[in-house]
Amino acid sequence: MSNYNQEMIEKYRGNFLKEVQDNVEEGDWVKMCMQCGVCSGSCPLGPHWEHPPQEIFMMIRAGKREEVLESTSMWMCTSCYNCIARCPRGLPITHIMHGLATYSKRLGLAPQQQPTAKFAQLFWDNLVKKGRVNELKLGLSLYFMNGFGEGIKTSLKMKDIGLNMLKAGRMTPMEMLGGHSCKDTKGFQAMLKKAQELEEARIGKHGN
Amino acid sequence: MSEVIATNQTILVVGGGISGMTAALEAAECGKQVILVEKNPSIGGRVSQLYKYFPKLCHPKCGLEINLKRIKANRNLRVMAMTEVSAISGDAGNYSVTLKTAPRYVNENCTSCGACGDAVEAEFDSEYNYGMNKRKGAYLPFNQAYPERYVLDPAIIGTDDAEKAKAACKYGAIDLDMGESESTITVGAIIWATGWKPYDAGKIQPYGYDRFQNVITSVEFERMLDPHGPTGGKILRPSDGKEAKDVAFIQCAGSRDKNHLAHCSRICCMASLKQTTYLREQYGDDGKGTVYYIDIRAIDRIDDFYQNVQKDPNISFVKSKVASITEDKETGNPVLHGVDTEGYHRYSNPHELVVLAIGMEPSVPAGDFPIEVVLNEEGFVELDEANGAFFAAGCSSDALDVNRAVQSATASALRAIQVVNKVAGAEG
Repeated sequence: MSNYNQEMIEKYRGNFLKEVQDNVEEGDWVKMCMQCGVCSGSCPLGPHWEHPPQEIFMMIRAGKREEVLESTSMWMCTSCYNCIARCPRGLPITHIMHGLATYSKRLGLAPQQQPTAKFAQLFWDNLVKKGRVNELKLGLSLYFMNGFGEGIKTSLKMKDIGLNMLKAGRMTPMEMLGGHSCKDTKGFQAMLKKAQELEEARIGKHGN
Repeated sequence: MSEVIATNQTILVVGGGISGMTAALEAAECGKQVILVEKNPSIGGRVSQLYKYFPKLCHPKCGLEINLKRIKANRNLRVMAMTEVSAISGDAGNYSVTLKTAPRYVNENCTSCGACGDAVEAEFDSEYNYGMNKRKGAYLPFNQAYPERYVLDPAIIGTDDAEKAKAACKYGAIDLDMGESESTITVGAIIWATGWKPYDAGKIQPYGYDRFQNVITSVEFERMLDPHGPTGGKILRPSDGKEAKDVAFIQCAGSRDKNHLAHCSRICCMASLKQTTYLREQYGDDGKGTVYYIDIRAIDRIDDFYQNVQKDPNISFVKSKVASITEDKETGNPVLHGVDTEGYHRYSNPHELVVLAIGMEPSVPAGDFPIEVVLNEEGFVELDEANGAFFAAGCSSDALDVNRAVQSATASALRAIQVVNKVAGAEG
């Protein structure tokens, strides 16, 4: 996707705000921010953000393309909607954050090591196989996300919860052998393929 | 009460605040017949509740006194207190207006000696002081009230208190049989000066006005400074009555916010800047003020006021809309949380008292007007031909400071005069 990134750089030539407006979900709203800071102050994960939403909006307007798109910040959003509820200008901040994350991923600029970004990929890969989330495999892949040693440690830590879930019938070890799927896996895959095509056509239209 | 005489050359002014008084006086002093109706027992409005005006920091009582003198001296002007407009029909030059007057239970014999107030025991939240203290069931609305006459709270009618008040009056001024009266008058033009009310601060959930005692509104803060007010002129914390020397002011509390009032209330920046000077006035170098703002809108000629406040080392400015307020249980201090825009620093600042610079909304909600009126999307009356000779003055037309409200009132008086002059011309 780095070609796509290059294409976008050339197309917008430093007008990053325009690029965001054209390509990011709800990106049109960015120019409406009046820098009051209520979103940043209302974010429960606020202290952990590298750049709070208010700063990201200002950075977009200041044309700081790489700093914004490579930032881990928008991946911190947990969709609590506090910022949307309080924004005096009615900006859909949560949606813009997800839009920015999606766009940076599409451009190949998303931070590789950011846990939310990593988990989102694991979730997607897990889901598309069978059309159903295999919770056992997803859980394990999350444990082992940062290597084998840490995976073992986490698994041991979570052992009691796992055993209790087995006992309560909330989880079955059989899932390890393939696992359950939706009724029409082929149809599901075809649907995703079609969606992918539509999405690429849409991006292509904007990209050219 | 003598009969109300009005013709289609009469101008009706609705609301006896600074705008209504001004419009009524301007028209009456031009020789027009004017009826001024006010729903409260006294005229004076919100200006009478202010400690000082900006930018000159003079006392509103003074201008009010001058206006009252002009009103008393003018034979063309009739003031009707405790009166509301319940219906309007007709067109420019010929309106039929129904007025409803609530019983005061006190007639014109009253000398406002206060004997009835002393005799009565029941107490109620004082409207004049925004419920910060109590008033008696027989009371004078405030020291400068006009008509200068006591009023009985309708809640004490039929109780022993009412009899006590009657017995205490040496002048036979108390008439417990008074009832509501209604009259229909004809007027040529209507000046609508019903003004504004503070936005309901409890609706701004993250600021906890309804939960934290030491979070108050700017209008309440103003009442604290009145030497005859609920705190005797002292800046005191409602929770423990201690002196509040470290005060935070939160701008745009309810204003410029799609969740509350979409418009800028225009007065609050100057009002807060003015209120920071009260701290120095009261505590000298010990007083400390912090203003949290999105941007300061000290309009045109009053920017130098802002610059002077900025020069005061005890007043600081934080460019940030506060996200939320919590309370430190031990000290009762409200703690302000947010992120500032100049460097994106996260803060959690405790202050002894928080003043919300509360927004202005029209006191008459859309849909409650006695005649169909064109309003803007914020609920203020538009200057629109479809409104005929129904002209808004002051804060019923927009969020205005006193200066601009008075200009607006004078303008609407002139519009009303033009209408009644035309009527006179047609009839003459």
